[in-house]
Amino acid sequence: MEPFTPDSSAARPAKLIVEGVSKWFTSRAVVQALDDVSLTIAEGEFVCLIGPSGCGKSTLLDIIAGLTKPDTGRVLADGRTVEGPGRQRLVMFQESALFPWLDAFGNVMFGLKLRPDLTNAERKEIAHHYLKLVGLEKFEHAHVHELSGGMKQRVALARALAPDPQVLLMDEPFGALDAMTRDQLYDDIQGIWMESRKTIVFVTHNVREAVCLGDRVVLMSPSPGRIQQVFRIPLPRPRDINSPELAGHASRIAAALKGTRMEAASE
Amino acid sequence: MKRIAVALLFFALLIGLWELAVRSGRWSAVLLPSPIFVGEYIWGALLDGTLVESTWVTLKRLLIGYAAGVLIGLPLGLLTSTSQLFEDTLGALSLGFQTLPSVCWVPLALVWFGQTEGAMLFVVIMGTVWSVIIATDHGARNIPPIYARAARTMGSEGFHKWTRVILPASLPFLVSGMKQGWAFAWRSLMAAEIYVTILTGFGLGHLLHYGRELNAMEQVIGIMIVIVVIGLVVDRALFSPWENFLHRRWGTNVRQT
Repeated sequence: MEPFTPDSSAARPAKLIVEGVSKWFTSRAVVQALDDVSLTIAEGEFVCLIGPSGCGKSTLLDIIAGLTKPDTGRVLADGRTVEGPGRQRLVMFQESALFPWLDAFGNVMFGLKLRPDLTNAERKEIAHHYLKLVGLEKFEHAHVHELSGGMKQRVALARALAPDPQVLLMDEPFGALDAMTRDQLYDDIQGIWMESRKTIVFVTHNVREAVCLGDRVVLMSPSPGRIQQVFRIPLPRPRDINSPELAGHASRIAAALKGTRMEAASE
Repeated sequence: MKRIAVALLFFALLIGLWELAVRSGRWSAVLLPSPIFVGEYIWGALLDGTLVESTWVTLKRLLIGYAAGVLIGLPLGLLTSTSQLFEDTLGALSLGFQTLPSVCWVPLALVWFGQTEGAMLFVVIMGTVWSVIIATDHGARNIPPIYARAARTMGSEGFHKWTRVILPASLPFLVSGMKQGWAFAWRSLMAAEIYVTILTGFGLGHLLHYGRELNAMEQVIGIMIVIVVIGLVVDRALFSPWENFLHRRWGTNVRQT
């Protein structure tokens, strides 16, 4: 399958364009994390990046966020080169990156306070709104450590959504959660996405998760990180992670994923 | 209530043992005065105002020196934690000076400042500032990098990042650093007061020193007790609320009762 097949989403304007991005890391030896990666993501599209560990999917997300600079190539957001992090592309991290010195409400307010165009009353209203959206209106003043893992990631989601970014970058946000909590969050995130139509790039190593959430699933292969194959998931939404149709797509991708691992091992 | 009762009982027992030791007659009453005698001294010194005045003089020096030490040490510690250059230079210097017992600053202070308040302050600041630098540096380095990354994506940079993210994130380390700084300041000041004879104010260290010169052991032991009590009270009054706040927020050290 070609990575760049023309499709319905191509009719929509491109939100993010990754152009020939390569990245090397120097620790004990020089390791190439990404090799000439190109990807176009349409506005309002939900794209999942998947691959074995070491395939550079998190690095790619960092580069899109502007937290890491690519060694070659560039990332365009709305046609402009990404030079650094910006409010238009907020990141929700793997582990809870909530600030323990603030309560749930204070965490959601953090990003809002950095928006000079809002009045304080508006900020508070927005923070209440998003905490309610993720079902935590009763826990606004809870300390971070008092929240369960799932609740923490809900607060993190509210914090990322509140400043109204156009792009949401999610780095294995549900990796550390139990299956039941995750299933609930899949419903929530699909609901929020269908309503807000934000562009979402979602990094995961869980095939079913990727199929459940993504319009497209981008499979990456390791050492060096490359785009191996792109799968379109034409299933209607909201999707149930336990449905048989979804399992069919998942097994196809899982087989391809196994191939990338075998390749990496034989090299 | 029960915990207070247990603590009180413990101290009563300790004093009882002390009194028993005195009554056994094994040691000369000049070397080991009875706790009653010591109590009488403290009471008398309280009534005639010497104790209150000396405590005030000492605490004033301590607070000024400590505040200066923290105000100098905090930004320098942040500096050494972020810059390789400052880490290799100022950081190494701080580590070296932190190991130097603060009483070692006394001869230098005497030569440079003479028998003045300046000498006292110098010793206290030198005793405090290095440990504050090191604690702050340590604190800022131990912040999970994910906090700074998350803050950056939300548009927090520069001054905002330092005051709203790095500083609060390192609070738990800063508190222990400032507590350590406090203990160092207290020790330094006592060393300074014992060794620097000064006419501009008679502190607790001086009372201790003259107690020895007058061979008044009840005064020596009495002042030692006062110093211990002040240390305890300051710890409880100044640092405990802060530490409790941190434990509540961070969810650390929650005792299940």
